[in-house]
Amino acid sequence: MKMTRLAAAIAATMIAAGPTLAETLHFPSLSYRTGPFAAGGIPFADGYSDYLTLINERDGGIGGVPIRQTECETAYNTERGVECYQSIRGDSPLVLQPLSTGITYQLIPRTMEDGIPMHTMGYGRTSAVNGEVFNWTFNYPANYWDGASVIINYLLDENDGSLEGKKIALLYHNSAYGREPIPTLTRLAERHGYELLTIGVDSPGQEQGSQWLQIRRERPDYVVMWGWGVMNPTAIQEAANIRFPMENFIGVWWSGSQQDVLPVGAGAHGYKALAMHGTGMDYPIYEDMQRYVIDAGKYAGTGDEVGTVLYSRGMYAAMLAVEAAKKAQEIHGVAAITPAMMRDGMANLEITEELMAELGLPNFGPAFSVACENHGGSGAAMIQQWDANAGEWNLITDWIEPDRELIMEMAMEDSLAYAAENNIEPACLN
Amino acid sequence: MLYREAGDFKTSYVADSQTFPIRFDRYGYYFILGFAFLVMPLIINDYWANSIVVPFLIYAIAALGLNILIGYCGQLSLGTGGFMAVGAYASYKLMTAFPDFNIVFVIITAGLITAAVGVLFGLPSLRIKGFYLAVATLAAQFFLIWLFTRTAWFYNYSPTGMISAPTREVFGVPVTGPRASAVSMYMICLCFLVVTAWLARNLTRGTIGRQWMAIRDMDIAAEIIGVNPLMAKLTAFAASSFLVGISGALLFTVYLGAAEAGEAFGIDKSFLVLFMVIIGGLGSIFGAFAGAFFLIVGPVLLKLLLVNGLGWPTDLAAHLEIMIIGALILVFLILEPHGIAALWRTIKEKLRLWPFPY
Repeated sequence: MKMTRLAAAIAATMIAAGPTLAETLHFPSLSYRTGPFAAGGIPFADGYSDYLTLINERDGGIGGVPIRQTECETAYNTERGVECYQSIRGDSPLVLQPLSTGITYQLIPRTMEDGIPMHTMGYGRTSAVNGEVFNWTFNYPANYWDGASVIINYLLDENDGSLEGKKIALLYHNSAYGREPIPTLTRLAERHGYELLTIGVDSPGQEQGSQWLQIRRERPDYVVMWGWGVMNPTAIQEAANIRFPMENFIGVWWSGSQQDVLPVGAGAHGYKALAMHGTGMDYPIYEDMQRYVIDAGKYAGTGDEVGTVLYSRGMYAAMLAVEAAKKAQEIHGVAAITPAMMRDGMANLEITEELMAELGLPNFGPAFSVACENHGGSGAAMIQQWDANAGEWNLITDWIEPDRELIMEMAMEDSLAYAAENNIEPACLN
Repeated sequence: MLYREAGDFKTSYVADSQTFPIRFDRYGYYFILGFAFLVMPLIINDYWANSIVVPFLIYAIAALGLNILIGYCGQLSLGTGGFMAVGAYASYKLMTAFPDFNIVFVIITAGLITAAVGVLFGLPSLRIKGFYLAVATLAAQFFLIWLFTRTAWFYNYSPTGMISAPTREVFGVPVTGPRASAVSMYMICLCFLVVTAWLARNLTRGTIGRQWMAIRDMDIAAEIIGVNPLMAKLTAFAASSFLVGISGALLFTVYLGAAEAGEAFGIDKSFLVLFMVIIGGLGSIFGAFAGAFFLIVGPVLLKLLLVNGLGWPTDLAAHLEIMIIGALILVFLILEPHGIAALWRTIKEKLRLWPFPY
C-alpha cells in the first residue's frame, strides 16, 4: 500500500517535472557531497555553482539567457554517475563535468552517441586531447600526462637538467585515475634515466602502512603522488611520520588543497603540489562574488569553502564553461544554444590573458586556445608549496611547460587504438 | 473472496506439484510475465530502463544466485562481488578475443567460468562452516579483486586498468555499448532473469534442491540419510556462482559498459547482495526479487521523491536516503525477521481467509 502511494507520488512528480518552458541554459553539476571523497567534491561543486550564480545575478545570464543549474549526487560512484547522466541527458545539458575519471570513462561513449559535450578539466581520459577521435570530450587546459611531465620537468630543473640515477616513486590511487600517469612516467624514465617505482594504494586509501614501509626501504629521492580524497592527508601524515623530506614530496593538482594538508599540521610544511590555476582571494572577481552571491545569501553549500584551492578550481571550470557558451552564441548567433552549439563553442575556445583580466581573474590560469586537433589546451602548470605556519599555499614557480611533443605522440597512439576498437573514423565535426 | 481456492481441484500429480498451485497466483504470474514482455517494452523510457529496471533485473539474478547458496544450502558467502567480477572479466576477455561470438553465449560462458571458480573457492566449505566459511569467501573476494587489478592480461594491458564493453548485437539489434537502446537492454536482461529464475525454481524443488536443504538443516543427519555433502555443497557453489557470474557479466556488458574491478565489484557489492537475500527472505525465489527491489529501486525512488519531488539539496537527500534505507532494514528485520517473503506469505494467508477470518 505504502509502496503504491509512493510510486504514485513519484509518477506525479515525474509528470510535473516535464520539459521546462522558459528558455534557459542548463548547466548540470554531477557533484559528490557525500562519501569518502566529499572533502574534495564539496568545494568544487560550491565553486562551480557560485560562479554560475554570479553570472546570473550580475549579468542576467549568458547573452541574456538565464542559467539553470541542477545538481545530482554521484558519491564518486560510477553506477550513481550513470544514473545521474540518464536523469539529465534528456534535459539538453550544455556541458557535463563529472569530476571523476571513472565516471568519465563510462560517459565518453554515451556522450558521443547522445551528442553532449563533456569537459574533464585536469582529469579523465588523457588521449581525449585528440579531438578527431573524441569529438565530444574536452580536457583543456591540462591533463594527467601534462601533469606528470610538468613534475618531471620541474625535477629536471631542480637537478641541473639530469635525473640520471635518481629514484622516483609514484604513489597512486589504485583506480583508473591513479594509473593514468604511469605510461608517461615510464616513457620519461627511459628518456631521462631515472628509476620509476609504482606503488598503488587501494581506494579509499586510509591504509597506507605497507606502502610507506616500502618507501622507507627503497629510499626514493622523490615521491610523486596521484591521490584523491582521504588518501591525500593520510599519505602526507605517513610521510611526516617517517620524516620523509617534504620538499621532495610532490602531489598532482588533486592532491594539493587545504583539506589535504591542514589535518597534518606542522608536519606538512614544505609539501609541494601542482597548481593548474591560481588560488586565494586576491582576485578582483571576489568583490563581485561577495556582493552578488555571498552577501545575498545565494551561495551553494555552507559558504565556508570560498577561496580554497578546489573552490577556485570549480570556479575556473564554470568560468571556462561560460566562456565557451559565449563563444557558441557568437558563432551561431543565437542566445539559447543547444549542446551541439556548445560543443562548437568549446572547440573554438580562446582564453587570452586580457580576457582573464577582464573577467577579474588576472594570471589565474594559462592563456590557451582549443582546436579540433587539440582539445587539451596548453598543459602548463605551476608548482605550489604549503606553508604550514602561515597556513597558505605559495606558488614557487612560474608556468612550467610539459613535454607536449611526447604527450601528443602517446595520445595519438592511444586515441587511434580506441578509434580502431570502436570503429570510429577520426575526423573533425565542424 | 479475492484469493479463492475453493473449486480449484487438482486431478493429476503434475497439476498438484506445479510452482503456482493456486489459480489466482498462476494468473498473476502470467499477467506479470505478459506485462513485462509485451507492455513494458512499449512504455518504458530511457531513464526508467537505465536507472531503475535494468539494475533491478541484474541484481535480482545475483540475489537469486546467492539465495541458492545461503538460503537453500546454508553456506554463508561474502565473495559475491568477486564472483561478479569473474563474470564481468570473463565476458570481457571473451568479447575481445572472439568478436564474432554471440553475446548471449558470451554471457552464458562467463557464467560457466564463474561456476568453475566458485567450485574452487567452495572447496573449503567441506571443512569449515558458518562464520569461518564467511571469512574464507571474504578472502576469495579480496583475492579476485587483487588479481583483476594487478594482472594486466585481464584488462588487455589498457593503461588505466578499465575494461569497456564493445558493441554487440542480438538479431541485429545492439544490446551492449553506447548504441544499445533502453528496450534492447531491458529485453536481454529480462530474458536472462526469467530463464535463471525458472532454472533456480526448478533446481530448488528437485533432487538437488532437497539435498541442499537437507545439508542446510543439519549436515550430519543429511549425510546419514545418504546425501553426499561434497556433491551437494559443490553443486550449490556451482549453481550459485553461475547465476552470480551471469549477473556480473550483464552488469558490466549491458548496464555499466565500462568497469574497474575494485570500484564496481568491491566488498560493498558482496554486502549489497547479501542484504538483498536477507531482507528479501532466505530460501525463497520471490525473496530474491523483493530484496533486489527494496535495495535497488528503493533508493532511486527515494532520491526522485526527495530531490526532484520536494526539491531538497542533493547532499541532504543522499544522507537521508542512507538513514531511511537503514531504518527500514531495521524495521523489517525486527517486524519480520524472515524477510519480505515471509511478510508476503502472511499477507497471502490473510487474503485467503478474508473477509471471514477465524
